[in-house]
Amino acid sequence: MTGNVIDVRNLSVDAIAKRGERTPIVQDISFSVAPGKVVALIGESGSGKTTISLACLGYARPGCAFRGGEILLDGSDVLQLDLVGRQQIRGVDISYVAQSAAASFNSALSINRQVTEIPQIRNLMSRDGATRKAAALYGELDLPSPETIGQRYPHQVSGGQLQRLMAAMAMMCSPKLLILDEPTTALDVTTQIEVLQAFKNLVRENQTSAIYVSHDLAVVAQIADEILVLKDGRMVEYGPTETIITVPRQGYTRQLIAAAHVMPTEVTQRASRGAGAPLLSVNGVLAGYGRQRDVPALRDVSLDVRAAETVGVIGESGSGKSTLGRVVSGLMTPWKGEILLRGQPLAASLKQRTRDELREIQIVFQMADVALNPRHVVAKILGRPLAFYFGADRHAIESRVGELLELVGLDPAFARRFPRELSGGQKQRVNLARALAADPQLIICDEITSALDTVVAEAILDLLVSLQDRLNVAYIFISHDISTIARIADRVAVMRDGEVVEAGPTAEVLRPPHHDYTDLLVRSVPDLKVGWLEAVMEHRRRTGQQAAGN
Amino acid sequence: MVEHAATALREFRRDLTPTATLCLLILSLILLAAILAPFLAPYREGEILTTGSFVSPGEGLLLGSDYLGRDLFSRLFYGLRLTVAVSFMIAILAFLVGCSLGFLAAVLGGRFDMLISRLVDALIAFPAIMLALIVLTALGPSIPVLVVTIAFIDSTRVFRVARALGVDIVVQDYIEAATVRGERFGWLMWHEILPNALVPLAAEFGIRFTYAILFISALSFLGLGVQPPQADLGVLIRENMQGLLYGTFSPIYPALCIAAITVSINLLVDWYLRRNDASSPEDLQ
Repeated sequence: MTGNVIDVRNLSVDAIAKRGERTPIVQDISFSVAPGKVVALIGESGSGKTTISLACLGYARPGCAFRGGEILLDGSDVLQLDLVGRQQIRGVDISYVAQSAAASFNSALSINRQVTEIPQIRNLMSRDGATRKAAALYGELDLPSPETIGQRYPHQVSGGQLQRLMAAMAMMCSPKLLILDEPTTALDVTTQIEVLQAFKNLVRENQTSAIYVSHDLAVVAQIADEILVLKDGRMVEYGPTETIITVPRQGYTRQLIAAAHVMPTEVTQRASRGAGAPLLSVNGVLAGYGRQRDVPALRDVSLDVRAAETVGVIGESGSGKSTLGRVVSGLMTPWKGEILLRGQPLAASLKQRTRDELREIQIVFQMADVALNPRHVVAKILGRPLAFYFGADRHAIESRVGELLELVGLDPAFARRFPRELSGGQKQRVNLARALAADPQLIICDEITSALDTVVAEAILDLLVSLQDRLNVAYIFISHDISTIARIADRVAVMRDGEVVEAGPTAEVLRPPHHDYTDLLVRSVPDLKVGWLEAVMEHRRRTGQQAAGN
Repeated sequence: MVEHAATALREFRRDLTPTATLCLLILSLILLAAILAPFLAPYREGEILTTGSFVSPGEGLLLGSDYLGRDLFSRLFYGLRLTVAVSFMIAILAFLVGCSLGFLAAVLGGRFDMLISRLVDALIAFPAIMLALIVLTALGPSIPVLVVTIAFIDSTRVFRVARALGVDIVVQDYIEAATVRGERFGWLMWHEILPNALVPLAAEFGIRFTYAILFISALSFLGLGVQPPQADLGVLIRENMQGLLYGTFSPIYPALCIAAITVSINLLVDWYLRRNDASSPEDLQ
């Protein structure tokens, strides 16, 4: 007996291809979690962090199999248990909080019914007992009206609340080990720190051990006692949090720290670009959803974009920033207001715009993998805008596709590949190349780096800047990530509830003193410092700031 | 493109299971028999060879004669030919109509989708065989009427599948990317939606084809399908039913043909769908 809650020793997991070949995806992982401690697994996508955390439950995803090693839970090996044995420990001794609570809850059942299910089917608690325990946990997690929130259905609570409700579900049987798999990644920054604080209190008060999986070093620094850095399924560095973030030994860890989304200490204004008359003007636009026009998403929004400049639009989910992109591109017809391109009014709806007007405004979507038709090769994806806008012939298309691929830093041989044969970063480059194929004046970038790993996202941002220098294209860069905006934008518009609350040159907006809401946003970006979370929560309590819509 | 095709063929052969191979073999033989019927059949379709009804199999008559003294073996070839051809036409027509309307409903949405979907619901609520009987009685049974009627009924089923696939695909970002480029409906349908719906649609095609076979066989058996002296497999069963009283197996052979085609197609479709979802070799077994 080591006294640890869980000991993972030399764990290896293979992926099994359709033909039966095995490729290792996780190799030789060893770590242990002491009672009441939190160990963070950190790495990019594909680093094996979720595979390892699922292995602790004795579970390998379809297409994966354990090859070796042991996972000792209180001294007995989880991997040696049969299915029934594993079922006995899951949810009782070890429990799991998934990344997207919204996707994990059954929308047809009440929250309480799902939260209290495990203790009930195990006959560990009576229905009333389980409901009382759940209500107590809701209170501990700072959820509003803990007695009654469980009677609601998943769609009746916010994303941040749902994530905490899922943590309550995981804590129902007072597990020895709690596994949190990217629990705050899908949340807004202002919500994220509240959820993080709730998790931290929960773990501390119940003396539960936890494994916290994340790609975000700054978030992990707030909650973990130890950090295990992973790359390509192997251990890079393992040690106490303080040591890892202050004196990293490995180059890869330093790379991760450099790419972490923290607020730059000094916001520098990029050299002045985009002088003269605005390329695009959005004037008093009112737009929204609903048949009776009863759900406004944009209320009287005005915005100017000059040629060859980058306008950053920041806001949390529901702030209307994506709707703004859709209105400008013509995907959505505004109820009121006008959009001018070089002083000429643009038709509100897509169908009434001329082909040339369509060509000049291009859009790049957030999710690179669903923005490319999976059944088209890259040559067709990039060739179609050339044929559509310029009527190019086959020969011209072929050579232009090669040029475009080189422009975004890809080999021209990629033209023959299907999207599934590309990595996330490569897909986003193809997406960008498709927009560039139209030779546009303005590209709307809708959260184009949010789904990418930090190191890959850095490279895409660098590419955007170099393309702007060469092609003089303007960007509307929509993002929830204020640190990214601070890096790339010439001017910034901060949006909240469909209104622009503050706008101006980047340095002016993001340097103190701020508008109240900008201040809240800036302060909510986690810093790579142990103890930052406590300091922020303290500041919030003092000033009485509250996150919106939560 | 050529290399892609070569790889695809290699993977296809690798994934073939014994059952799938057998089904493929049976279907190829049946298709070959249908196409080459005039060359393979020993006698002409309506040629009366003996005066006796239900003569036992023997020299010259491999499966014996039918009630009029025609060679059952030869008639089986022609029956197969007619059944396969008519069913194929029905399935093709049903898909052209069903897919076009289904994708259209998915892309346009709103009132058009509502209208056409409810119309299809109403048609589906009506028993298919009843609908067919009414139309065929009113217009008279001829092969064009038969094909159009059954294709019309089948297209409602295809519509549902195509619309369901369409609405899933239409919300994808790549469709939005094409829309914002300014693409028209035709491009969206043929280049963006269809390639992504091809696998389930191909499977559905197989199933609709078997249903078409069963449906015309049933109608022919009732006397409202293919009219004598032409015969499809359903007519052959009806004509030779009496043979059972005389102790011959004559109606069993066309019945076996129908069973062989439908079961083979079903197994093949199952294999095809499983192959496309399969992530490991065990999933294929």
